[in-house]
Amino acid sequence: MIINGKEMNIGDGLTITQLLEKLNLSKDKVVVEVNYEIVEKYAYDERILSNGDKVEIVSFIGGG
Amino acid sequence: MQIFINEKPQVVEQGSTAFGVRDNVKKDADVVVYNGFIIKEDMALKENDRLVLIKRGEMPKQEDLEALLVSRHTPGVHQKVKQAKVGIAGLGGLGSNIAISLARLGIGKLLLVDFDVVEPSNLNRQQYFVKHIGMEKTEAMKDLISQINPFVEIETKNIYLDPSNMEEVFKDVDIIVEAFDNPKCKADLVNVTLSKMPQKPIVCASGMAGYFSNNEITTQRLMKNMYLIGDRVNEAKPGCGLMAPRVAIAANHQANTVLRLILGEKEV
Repeated sequence: MIINGKEMNIGDGLTITQLLEKLNLSKDKVVVEVNYEIVEKYAYDERILSNGDKVEIVSFIGGG
Repeated sequence: MQIFINEKPQVVEQGSTAFGVRDNVKKDADVVVYNGFIIKEDMALKENDRLVLIKRGEMPKQEDLEALLVSRHTPGVHQKVKQAKVGIAGLGGLGSNIAISLARLGIGKLLLVDFDVVEPSNLNRQQYFVKHIGMEKTEAMKDLISQINPFVEIETKNIYLDPSNMEEVFKDVDIIVEAFDNPKCKADLVNVTLSKMPQKPIVCASGMAGYFSNNEITTQRLMKNMYLIGDRVNEAKPGCGLMAPRVAIAANHQANTVLRLILGEKEV
């Protein structure tokens, strides 16, 4: 699948929660879009990603 | 032909010049602004040119004040900006700077939201003054903006924003500005906006700590209606503070993004 524009071979059938864990990102500090549709936080455990999905993840850091 | 003098339409003779009109209308004006630019030499006037006449040291009449405040704007900008309503979530280092820049633009309406009070450590980057210490930030911002551009309409909410109230609070604004400090709140507001109010642009920020390079701070357009400002790397943490210059760089990236969106520029 493609994550933030980069082709990544990260395994099929992962949930978003599992993907975030693999990428070391906190699920409370991210915005996730899959194939141009926003995925809400409550669905991170259920939504399963497959090969060919286009994933955008924005991770926020503190300060402002 | 018709021109605008201090933003009021007036008819002048064909062949009139800027200094000629000044001599007729306000002979003692020593600052002549022509289409947003101070001119030192006379200019021939054409249809719909905008002249603003200012005398240094003089407090303008209330009826002229609004036009004079924005006379150095690019022509046409103020009319559009005056129709806009912008919501700012957080009035700290980012929010206070953004609110003031938008106020100086003559934005039509600001909805300012923060639950906190001004404390002394804020002053190294937030737009408050020593006299505001202890005051609610919403009240202090109202005070500041009333002295910068009194024609900006301000609504304030002294509340803590969370996913249970974000949509209700911001449902009537044209553009939402995320100006929080806490990264979880940033993610919450962006998630709520993109899922529940996807037509509204959200201008958010991530990464502006320290005194790292200016050039690392960028504006990116992501996910169609999200505009993300910052270096995305330098977070505030022990040993890495937040200071006026870099925070204000990020804040003004956000403010200019808001301006561009109001003027129809969706790209960065």
